[in-house]
Amino acid sequence: MTSEKIVLGVHGVSKKFGGLLAVDNMEFGVREHEVLGLIGPNGSGKTTMMNLISGALKLTSGHITLQGARISGLAANEINRRGVARTFQLVKMLPTMTVLENVVAGAVFGHKRRWGHEAETFAHQLLGKVGIDGIAEAPVSSLTYIDQKRLELARVLASEPEILLLDEWLAGLNPTELSTGIDLIKALRAEGRTIILVEHVMDAIRSLCDQCVVMNTGRKIAEGTPAEVLADPEVIRAYLGDDDA
Amino acid sequence: MTPQETRNLVLSVILLGLAALLPLFDDGYWLSIGVTVLMYTVLATSWALFSGPTHYISLATAAFYGMGTLIVGFGIDTVPYSVLLLISVIVGAVAAALIGLATLRLSGVYFVIFTLGLAEMIRQVVSWLQNNLGGSRGMYVLTDLTDTHIYWELLAVVAAVFLVGWWIGRSRLGFSLRIIGNDEVVAAHCGINTARAKIILFMVSGMFASLTGALLAPRWTYIEPNLAFSPLLSFEVVIMALFGGVSRLWGPLVGVIPFTILLELIEANYPSQTILVMGIAFLLIVYLVPRGVVGRLEELIRKYRQGGK
Repeated sequence: MTSEKIVLGVHGVSKKFGGLLAVDNMEFGVREHEVLGLIGPNGSGKTTMMNLISGALKLTSGHITLQGARISGLAANEINRRGVARTFQLVKMLPTMTVLENVVAGAVFGHKRRWGHEAETFAHQLLGKVGIDGIAEAPVSSLTYIDQKRLELARVLASEPEILLLDEWLAGLNPTELSTGIDLIKALRAEGRTIILVEHVMDAIRSLCDQCVVMNTGRKIAEGTPAEVLADPEVIRAYLGDDDA
Repeated sequence: MTPQETRNLVLSVILLGLAALLPLFDDGYWLSIGVTVLMYTVLATSWALFSGPTHYISLATAAFYGMGTLIVGFGIDTVPYSVLLLISVIVGAVAAALIGLATLRLSGVYFVIFTLGLAEMIRQVVSWLQNNLGGSRGMYVLTDLTDTHIYWELLAVVAAVFLVGWWIGRSRLGFSLRIIGNDEVVAAHCGINTARAKIILFMVSGMFASLTGALLAPRWTYIEPNLAFSPLLSFEVVIMALFGGVSRLWGPLVGVIPFTILLELIEANYPSQTILVMGIAFLLIVYLVPRGVVGRLEELIRKYRQGGK
């Protein structure tokens, strides 16, 4: 159900940390309603790439566009307003606020803005969607890990972003939680949302992604459907070393 | 407005009304304590508006306060007092904006040190200018304003601080400050312009501190930089606000009243022991009431309710 319209374009993007080239001339596009998996071994630059898109880090060269307009160089809050919302590799909560307030936080200042009663109603809907509306008034300190992950997801959905960045959202879940998590993202995909997924869990990649971009040492080494890239000898070499390719 | 808000409003108006009657009963010792209480109430409450939600401990109170005092000192012979008050508000806000732009990107302890150094720097510069250009170190502020006038003026400012604080608390701005206090990275990724929100609040607190300095200037009659920029003032304000608690708008007030009376008693009986008291107070806060008296009470009430279920 993906269309041909490119929502997010990454054009010749590089990022240097001192002498280290963490992201090297990356080039890819995410089409509307597409779930794109950004995969690769540890340290290959995936999270750096996410940080470049969300504005947490500044690019060294190249540019990134959202709906054709340049967003690279803008501050993170400005990029969020244009319609990019993200979760963090290590879940980030607002610990002194209630579950509901955590979601409202995402709804007030972002892409589509709501305030007051309207924001709270919408936040309740989203909590219902991720399955934790029953604990809306609880303090976040009482949440289990999977519930924190759900809450963070509800928060990023609250601004109705054009594109969602999920940075290892499934990491650290036990098998039962993992299947809950995968089902949740499947539901988002069924709604036609555009998503970039950084992920290590192969089951999730196979069942969720329309397209995959594989990174290794900062460069793109393969691109295509999950089946194609996972069969690519260079991808196997990147993950497992020369002997297994 | 919710019924609770209406109740709080009525209660506040009654309390302010009662407080306004004080000068009718006493125009000596208690009125003088009343003026000091109101001064600290404005300073501590407006300090908490910024530092409470963001956790940026500002020691710049004395700097802003001193600016207000000096503006009155310089201008009282030539410019109408009311205009000087307006100028002090503007200067306080502009100075806070500039300082905010320069420093609010600093985190934690660097911000604290900078704000502490700021008051000291302004004091040294003003002293130097006066020594080298003006000839004398001090200035006379001679007006007809009595403690009664100052008291009522300050009471009006207290009302304004609470009104502004209440409005911020229910606004998007206040909500964004709470998010920033929780996690600045999340705040930015929620679409919040974190620098702007912090600077606006810092301006509000700087503006009130500067205005307070200007209102208090006639009380001292003779103004010199060492008095106007006393670093002790910044610490007193922080300790009072933290002791009372910054989780509620009226929290700092709970710290201001006992501390003002305590400091007054110490001053009268054991002059120059103020710093000792502040040190002990600081230890007590850290060990016994890290979230202030109000925070502690809220905790106890929560526990009691949970126990009752």
